[in-house]
Amino acid sequence: MVEERFVQGNEACALGAIAANCRFFAGYPITPSTEIAEQMSILLPKYGGSFVQMEDEIASAGAIIGASWSGMKAMTATSGPGISLMQENIGYGFITETSIVIINVQRGSPSTGQPTMSAQADMMQVRWGSHGDYEPIALAPSSVQEFFDFTIKAFNLAEEYRVPVTVLADEVVGHMREKLIIPDDIEIVTRKRPEKVDGQYMPYDAPEDGTTPMPAFGDGFNIHVTGLTHDERGYPDTNDPDTHTKLVERLCNKVLMHRKDICSVKKENCDDADIVIVSCGSPYRSVGAAMKKAMEEGIKVGSLKIDTPWPFPEEEIAEIAKTASDIIVPEMNLGQMVHEVERAAHGEANVHLIGKIGGILHKPDEIYEKIKEIKG
Amino acid sequence: MIIIDSKLCKGCDICIATCPKNVYSKSDKVNTKNVYLPFPEREEACTKCGLCELSCPDQAIYVEKEVK
Amino acid sequence: MVENESPYKKYLREERLPHIFCPGCGNGTVMSTFFKGLEGTDIDFENVAIVSGIGCSSRIPGYAKCDSLHTTHGRALSFATGLKVGNPDLDVVVFTGDGDAASIGGNHLIHAARRNINLTVICINNNIYGMTGGQISPTSPKGSFGTTAPYGSRDMPFNLAELVSAAGASYVARWTTTHPIQLSKAIQKGLENEGFSFIEVVSQCPTYFGRKNKMKTPLSMFQYIKENSVNKRRAEKMDESELEGKIIVGEFANNPHAELTANIKALAEENSDKPLAIKSAFEELD
Repeated sequence: MVEERFVQGNEACALGAIAANCRFFAGYPITPSTEIAEQMSILLPKYGGSFVQMEDEIASAGAIIGASWSGMKAMTATSGPGISLMQENIGYGFITETSIVIINVQRGSPSTGQPTMSAQADMMQVRWGSHGDYEPIALAPSSVQEFFDFTIKAFNLAEEYRVPVTVLADEVVGHMREKLIIPDDIEIVTRKRPEKVDGQYMPYDAPEDGTTPMPAFGDGFNIHVTGLTHDERGYPDTNDPDTHTKLVERLCNKVLMHRKDICSVKKENCDDADIVIVSCGSPYRSVGAAMKKAMEEGIKVGSLKIDTPWPFPEEEIAEIAKTASDIIVPEMNLGQMVHEVERAAHGEANVHLIGKIGGILHKPDEIYEKIKEIKG
Repeated sequence: MIIIDSKLCKGCDICIATCPKNVYSKSDKVNTKNVYLPFPEREEACTKCGLCELSCPDQAIYVEKEVK
Repeated sequence: MVENESPYKKYLREERLPHIFCPGCGNGTVMSTFFKGLEGTDIDFENVAIVSGIGCSSRIPGYAKCDSLHTTHGRALSFATGLKVGNPDLDVVVFTGDGDAASIGGNHLIHAARRNINLTVICINNNIYGMTGGQISPTSPKGSFGTTAPYGSRDMPFNLAELVSAAGASYVARWTTTHPIQLSKAIQKGLENEGFSFIEVVSQCPTYFGRKNKMKTPLSMFQYIKENSVNKRRAEKMDESELEGKIIVGEFANNPHAELTANIKALAEENSDKPLAIKSAFEELD
């Protein structure tokens, strides 16, 4: 039965995790994400799940990776400063191909910054924060409903590709209350388990753009999992350039070569638009009103909302750059995703940033004014 | 019977120090890594206590137990 | 068992031998004492998962023929906490060193002990950073030399067994590589204890600690540790000056009490009509 509720974004996230069969949460209190940990501590015992409040965010990231190898769907939730602390273990998650979900409810930064105010401060931290080459997957919700839906999707992508997946929410989405519709037919991806073949299973013997099924510890495969560069058996092999190249290229390719399957954008009025507003997460909330006001004046304005900042929807941006003359990028930072948009546009459209920090969402008129300025 | 796996022994001599009955001595034989191997020179004194087996850091010692 | 080979070799990934440890390094001895301790329990080796961080001792799981998780520096206990809470049926053992457990991982160590989570931690304390080439560690004795203490360390070292006892662990013991029988008994007790068990093993690093501190051969380090070990019962009757530079060995805590995963399970049973969820990732939903 379809259920309707009026909930806070952070609560919707917790409900999404439970719906995705997440039964393990480890976390550390941090504004503005704390309600997710609180909700998980209420909900998990009711579903037979386990909740642990860890000593810090480093431990939280470690614990969810450990729990994932025990066979659990596992999640943590934090904000920018916590993500900074987690980065080393997130990198460990990439090289060991561990399915985990990290919720990042972004706040004003750098450093402790503005704990209770909104920002899109970590768009690049999630992309490049851990050392080395890797291809992250991230989803950016713009509403309470999307926070629920994208949390479930994050678990599905984490299982499908055996990667850490981040939900890049922000304080606005985390703390506002809206209607949430919980459907009764939610699609859930179940982890693939390797077939039991005595001595034959190679935990890292995967096709060049893929991964292998992930067993749980205790399943009898006697696997070795290490953050060192490893061969297809999982054994450290740190001095052979070919082993390292093959491993890291595959880790990137398994996401990049499936970009089309992972990427999701929402396009409105883009086909004949002169100006396209490219937004991601909360700023999308102000796009509709600005677009409507400009269109009433006869200006052809479209909107492209990026659901998946990572992997970046290069082709979709390149396509609109061919038809539109100008692209406007409203961001709650001083310019992070705008550089990606510029790169993907290949100089075929003028790209304009509306960077805004301080913690308040763009007003529709700030976007409208930029449209007028361009048309001016 | 005491057997020392010459492929695994790294020649640390801990067996020589550990044995309560002073069974082991250093030999003049080297393995492929130029390690001087120990050997059970006074094997008749061995009580098969297994201390050398347990202490050997390289899992290179086998002490045959009594067959009853 | 294959005939005519060490009884402890069957627990190892044979294709990876010989292991990378230097000649005379205590890590290999601790591995065997762990297997011997395990043989004394009812635990099935197939059900054992070993977790480690970074450092020489943290390479041990790579040689054990069981599920093994070689993680980031200092964080083994956080990964182990997730693994054990995720599936309390697993027997989770952590191999760590003095730098890994007490320096970069110090916070995780005291909190894991505080929660009394059912893990067995074997901390190989060689008083130095071996993997990086001989820097002093939080347990390096005052006056000892390392590549980052060229004039002798002036820092106060940690007493790990006392630290972890004070933090709430239910079983704590310290032995050395020169006490393999007592050590394997302590590991056995630790494995059987349903709570946080911490076994500190004072061990020799001839390559770095030995070379920097006038004990160049494995044997000289081995003898030094043996001669300076004092049983806890005897130490209690000695004064501070007599105990200067001594290694106190024995049991430091044996105090079973409420354990984390049992508490989580009880909470789930009180609040749900379902059994404790394990392996939820593989579960098909209706």
